[in-house]
Amino acid sequence: MESSPPPRSATRNDPPHKGEGKKRRRVLPGLPLSLGITLFYVGLIVVLPLGALVFKAASLGPEDYWRIVSSARAVASYRVTVLSALAATAFNLVFGLALAWVLVRYSFPGKRLVDAIVDLPFALPTAVAGIALTTLFAPNGWFGSALAETGVKVAYTPLGIMVAMSFTSLPFIVRTVQPVLEDLDPTLEEAAQTLGGSDRSIFLRGILPLLMPALLAGLSLSFARSLGEFGAIIFIAGNQPMSTEITALLAFIRLEEYDYQAAAAIASVLLIAAFLMLAATNILQARALRYTARG
Amino acid sequence: MKIRLDNVVKTFDTFRAVHGVSLDIESGELLALLGPSGSGKTTILRMVAGLEFADGGHIYFGDQDATDIPVRDRGVGFVFQHYALFPHMTVAENISFGMKVSKVRRSPAEMSARVADLLRLVRLEGLGERFPTQISGGQRQRVALARALAVDPKVLLLDEPFGALDANVRRDLRRWLREIHGELGITTIFVTHDQEEALDLADRVVILNEGKIIQQGTPEEVCRNPSSAFVMKFLGDTNRLSGSVKSGVASIGGVTLDADGCPDGAAEVYARPSDLEWSRESGIPASVLRVIDRPDGRRLVARTAGGETVELDVPPETVVRAGDEGFLRIVRMKVFAA
Repeated sequence: MESSPPPRSATRNDPPHKGEGKKRRRVLPGLPLSLGITLFYVGLIVVLPLGALVFKAASLGPEDYWRIVSSARAVASYRVTVLSALAATAFNLVFGLALAWVLVRYSFPGKRLVDAIVDLPFALPTAVAGIALTTLFAPNGWFGSALAETGVKVAYTPLGIMVAMSFTSLPFIVRTVQPVLEDLDPTLEEAAQTLGGSDRSIFLRGILPLLMPALLAGLSLSFARSLGEFGAIIFIAGNQPMSTEITALLAFIRLEEYDYQAAAAIASVLLIAAFLMLAATNILQARALRYTARG
Repeated sequence: MKIRLDNVVKTFDTFRAVHGVSLDIESGELLALLGPSGSGKTTILRMVAGLEFADGGHIYFGDQDATDIPVRDRGVGFVFQHYALFPHMTVAENISFGMKVSKVRRSPAEMSARVADLLRLVRLEGLGERFPTQISGGQRQRVALARALAVDPKVLLLDEPFGALDANVRRDLRRWLREIHGELGITTIFVTHDQEEALDLADRVVILNEGKIIQQGTPEEVCRNPSSAFVMKFLGDTNRLSGSVKSGVASIGGVTLDADGCPDGAAEVYARPSDLEWSRESGIPASVLRVIDRPDGRRLVARTAGGETVELDVPPETVVRAGDEGFLRIVRMKVFAA
């Protein structure tokens, strides 16, 4: 069986009119305008301040820069900031995934309320959150007094920093994972069940890999936010140099001392760390999504 | 594996999806559950699989009561309409999933040999390393079948397996499924709303409507002896003419025909387009409204003197035009009491 050949397009092989070859016609309208506006704002709001920061830090000589960023007090602040952020992110990974899971897969009374509460850390001024957490966890607070009996101190310790960080960054994981879980095809799970998979193996082999890109995105946002968090932490941390002083606070202290260059130098370390971390998670995400590439 | 459904009932929140269905499926049989949407056919299939639990009645696999066995222990292979392949796994990983999660330990060499066998069976050699997004719909459904077969299921269940594919692929896959069934001899139940697919493929067709079995039998039995007007209408194009029956004789539009065994009174006469002939001499008077030409024949849309519209197939060389007056002759018909 043969079908007749398609009619030959008369224009297909014609040489392009003069000038036509230069400018390809686009289907989607509005590129120059929207791109222009976007780039202008990215430049104004994001690049300019960061550029000023880098510029300020760069105005120090390399030796002075290194002396400031590698001082014992600064290094101690990196350690407590990064370790607390890691711990907070790890906590949020488990708890945020569980929260998203429960919100998507089950219905229970008060579900919409819980769903709304998840966003509260975004809406609450972080200083308010810090004061509230400090009140709760202070040795005479509700949680603090109970915990004191078991010998655990939260307020004015790195643990307090971790609590404040996980409070402010929890919504990132929930809100990135939730839509992916909602879109998950329920027949995938049924298929895995008919093939004899246990709940555990279905979750680990079938569902978790599909959540991976979203989880990574949530993790990197949560970690980046924790690195830069300030308001919620300074109330609960105690801010003892060398033990509970976070990097953002150290930069702020230098600023109050009118030592703008040192403040910029310390802030630039945070900036570089956040940038490297986001780049790393982007690479991991691309790997986790490699199956979507058409070949 | 022989499967028996004994008075199975399933109710969803407010409506009853399956009302007491009893059904015997012989070992090695290829059975079609055919019905319009909402007829409960998919629910029955899912209850056999264990993806839904029956609210009443029993399901037996052989002599074993499987009603309360959870899906993962039931040993069924299930193929979904939209494939349900794991998108993050290659074709080969999808096929070996069931073996990997199984309690029976298999060596990697054993598994990859099995995957290669199955890829050959479904004629997808060389595509094992592709991801599901990189192959066509028909190929995906064949992967899904290979994946279901990999765990040596006692019964193969297919839920509208070709529903998402276009007509040509569907026809090929149908023939191919029939071949695979012949080769493996595994008891197979498939659900479809496409009567052509059911008649083409199945040893036995079960026609469902509103959660009840309306008729079951071989394709020949249901085609030649539809038990009700519903089956007649559902299995294909059909014309309905009203008439009446008196002592075994039906009269339709002034023509009398033999209608043995029909109760006296008003009756509905059903005839397929190929059961009618166009005549210049005698029959039910009618006029041609439209002539539709098709590659394999010519179809007339006509209106009887009684105002009923009918469609009939005539040989392509018949000389007839819209507006012509003539007569309908009924070659075959089914009469049901109205």
